[in-house]
Amino acid sequence: MVKIRRFEERVAQLFAEGLIPGFLHLYIGQEAVAAGVCANLRKDDYITSTHRGHGHCIAKGADVNKMMAELFGKRTGYCKGKGGSMHVMDVELGILGANGIVGGGLPIAVGAALSAKLKGSGQVAVSFFGEGAAGTGYFHEALNMAAVLKLPVVFVCESNQYAEFTPRRTHLPVDTVAERSKAYGMEGYCVDGNNVVEVYETFAGIVENVRLDSRPVLVECFTNRWSGHYEGDPQRYRGKGESEEWQKQDPIAKLEQGLRGEYQVEPDELQQIRNFVESELDAAVSFAKESPLPRGEETLEDVYAW
Amino acid sequence: MAVLRFNQAINAALREEMARDQNVILAGEDIAAAGGSFGVTRGLLEEFGESRVIDTPISEGAIVGLAIGSAATGLRPVVEIMFIDFIGVCFDMLLNQAAKMRYMSGGNISLPLVIRTQAGAGYNAGPQHSQSLEAMLMHIPGLKVVMPSNPYDAKGLLKAAVRDDDPVLFIENKMLYGMKGEVPEAEYVIPLGTAKIVREGNDVTIVALGQMVNRAVRAAEELEAEGISAEVIDPRTVTPLDKECIWQSVVKTGRLVVVHEAVKTGGFGAELAAIVQEEVFDYLDAPIQRVAAPFTPVPYSKALEQYYLPNEESIIEAAKRICVGRPFGLRK
Ligand SMILES: Cc1ncc(C[n+]2csc(CCOP(=O)(O)OP(=O)(O)O)c2C)c(N)n1
Repeated sequence: MVKIRRFEERVAQLFAEGLIPGFLHLYIGQEAVAAGVCANLRKDDYITSTHRGHGHCIAKGADVNKMMAELFGKRTGYCKGKGGSMHVMDVELGILGANGIVGGGLPIAVGAALSAKLKGSGQVAVSFFGEGAAGTGYFHEALNMAAVLKLPVVFVCESNQYAEFTPRRTHLPVDTVAERSKAYGMEGYCVDGNNVVEVYETFAGIVENVRLDSRPVLVECFTNRWSGHYEGDPQRYRGKGESEEWQKQDPIAKLEQGLRGEYQVEPDELQQIRNFVESELDAAVSFAKESPLPRGEETLEDVYAW
Repeated sequence: MAVLRFNQAINAALREEMARDQNVILAGEDIAAAGGSFGVTRGLLEEFGESRVIDTPISEGAIVGLAIGSAATGLRPVVEIMFIDFIGVCFDMLLNQAAKMRYMSGGNISLPLVIRTQAGAGYNAGPQHSQSLEAMLMHIPGLKVVMPSNPYDAKGLLKAAVRDDDPVLFIENKMLYGMKGEVPEAEYVIPLGTAKIVREGNDVTIVALGQMVNRAVRAAEELEAEGISAEVIDPRTVTPLDKECIWQSVVKTGRLVVVHEAVKTGGFGAELAAIVQEEVFDYLDAPIQRVAAPFTPVPYSKALEQYYLPNEESIIEAAKRICVGRPFGLRK
């Protein structure tokens, strides 16, 4: 969680310095979801992610050097500078991509789950998406398809209360996205997405069941997005002090409290984790800065058909 | 005359048309309370209320469907697809429903709807947020496709689009939103299907689309300094296309360069080259040149995106290729 948080904070800074171009959608505030879910996954399990995908990728084990280099548009990045923030992928880690199309990841996860089922590999596919994506046709079609074909997919809705600038109540006519599971003949659950222990424990059971029984489940994680929809978003749609209010539910602070209280973890140990993360990210930033830019002609490479 | 930005000019067109005709309604993601992701619909909710300025869920297929159904039954919807890339998600509604309704009904139903959308590269927004897809739309009979290159045209063309009785795709290039230009307060409408000669010249005709019109004009200025007089034409609408205007220019200059930001393969340039050679081949003194993006998705990295986008140099090069060393004035 700390690595995701600090990655994002650094990226925000680098964006402000003009070192990272394009659209950046930060995940700050939602770390407990990615961390709690992915801690239950095998390396070869699949995930599909969203435009707000850095957290999912890091939690699934992505290399922060390659992520950072990608954000810088460098040749050493995950996508050789062609994809950027919204398209980080690592097939070896089962990361089938962040995605610039809202809802686009859901049917892809269904496909990955089909291949897992046919191969009998025991892999599961997890699709992360926002509550805004629950309005897309893809959401409804993917859930229905997964249920009909009995596929091992976990649909993870991260309800961070906004779809871009539009609040949840404006675009969602139901109290919870999770209750839609009924309409598709699958189980649905709600969890506190700011509590990583709760997320972790809930998903531990769910992922195992999905793996064993090969059937889809929908889980809604309630959380908050502290920053704007994208970096530079003036957030006119937000009430004064709203972000600050949410910051009181900081999942990282909550976890630290728990660790220090219940488990008597020493502050030093937590500091060590933070130091470790800082040095890892220092290295990632240096790697990205020092990496070469792609040459123009590389634009022409990697096209399927020519 | 007021100086407006491109996005304000579009806003003004919407405001005027909504005031003029109460059947004009707006719908799309983030367009009401938030005023649109590029500020285009700002203030319209306050002025016209939430029954006419509607925030929708993220449901592109249903947004276009909403436009079709409401247009078939008496409204004049102007809906927004936030990025043209997302028309992938609603393509059936566009191509099988909207485009064919008039035809399939034997002319009984018309669909006075406008789909405003935004396109183009230059923002490092990556492969799924930077495309230029006008050629795909141009290929579908039944859709009109508009691509303004400046604030003045944007306002006049959008007003015409709203008044048009058939489906119109109104494509705004994202790099143009900040462009300033003079926009009269007095009412004016630019009929769809009328090209504009942006700059007169005698030696070569440059036809450019959208953002590329402005690059073509700068290229023409540099060509002038080198003794080549280029005429720049902005078709403004690719469907319907003002063929007459382009033919006349080619007859005058004998040379044609077509410039667009979309990939060259199967693009507007290919179609225009074919049209021109079918009709005025005899007047051509040199091969038609196309300046366009390579046949790849739009890359993210600055280094790659700059390579991808056609620029002034590539336009100048193309013009020189067919002008320099070839005598002018051999036209029959
Ligand atoms: C098909 C499609 N429509 C619209 C968009 C523009 N868009 C990007 S993010 C977003 C909101 C997504 O909200 P949600 O799914 O809740 O995810 P969050 O941003 O809250 O993480 C929208 C409308 C898009 N990228 N793709």
